[in-house]
Amino acid sequence: MLITCPYCGPRDVSEFTYQGDGNRTRPDPDSTDLGAWNRYVYDRVNIAGEHNEIWQHSGGCRMHIAITRSTTTHKISSVRAMRDAGPGAGQ
Amino acid sequence: MVEQLSPLGAAYRPGRHGRVNDTVGATLSERQPGSIVQLAAWSGQEDAMRALIKDISGLELPATSGGGTAEPAKAAFGIAPGKVLLIDDTDGIFADYSAALPENIGVVTDLSHGRSAIRIVGPSAEWVLSKLFAIDFTSGAFPVGAGRSTTHHDIFTQMQRSGEDQFDLYVFRSFARSFWQTLCHAAGEVGYEVI
Ligand SMILES: [Zn+2]
Repeated sequence: MLITCPYCGPRDVSEFTYQGDGNRTRPDPDSTDLGAWNRYVYDRVNIAGEHNEIWQHSGGCRMHIAITRSTTTHKISSVRAMRDAGPGAGQ
Repeated sequence: MVEQLSPLGAAYRPGRHGRVNDTVGATLSERQPGSIVQLAAWSGQEDAMRALIKDISGLELPATSGGGTAEPAKAAFGIAPGKVLLIDDTDGIFADYSAALPENIGVVTDLSHGRSAIRIVGPSAEWVLSKLFAIDFTSGAFPVGAGRSTTHHDIFTQMQRSGEDQFDLYVFRSFARSFWQTLCHAAGEVGYEVI
């Protein structure tokens, strides 16, 4: 699988680290809503198809990137730098 | 200048190796630049950082991904968004940038003792490096002066094409001996000389 880093261009997946599901929203750190924290930590949509993910080009420029990847074909339809996409970019 | 101790140790064996009676495919050496610094610009301050680099070091960097320039005694290239690795044969470059860099533009980190600089030059340099790194080494995709941040088996490497058939590799000093040995093995097939 190749991921096209916005800075480095196409690189082998071995240069990247998966940083988690991009569909979840972190609750306000002040929140004591146990349900919201439980959903954030444990609930995953587990899609067969287009999935929003956060990756890091850890073996390259070290940029964090928001990716939309098909979990059935590995086809990547969108790659954005997190610094451009901003918080909650996975959604 | 303080005399540098090479991390390559006994693995650094000057002379001809592999196909010793044939042509030399690649020449390997350890460069020992006096200064290696990383310059990181805050978002939106990238142009100001490039201007500062031109003022202090006289190096003009293209505003492209990995954009860089290489002179015999100093070089610089992009390693990440807003980040530049700068190498200079002179000692103490960190202090120059530390004094001149306004804090609203970015920060400078001294890596002089954290990285080892390894040079590979010769007609088979591209071929040897292609065995180790999964990136395109052809000169169209990787022009002279440009830099790349990549990995060989988890050994993080920043490299610059400093000539048509010449590459300078910057690896973590603690991994340098292991990486050097791997590079020598990869070069054996084409015949190499260590200088
Ligand atoms: Zn990258």
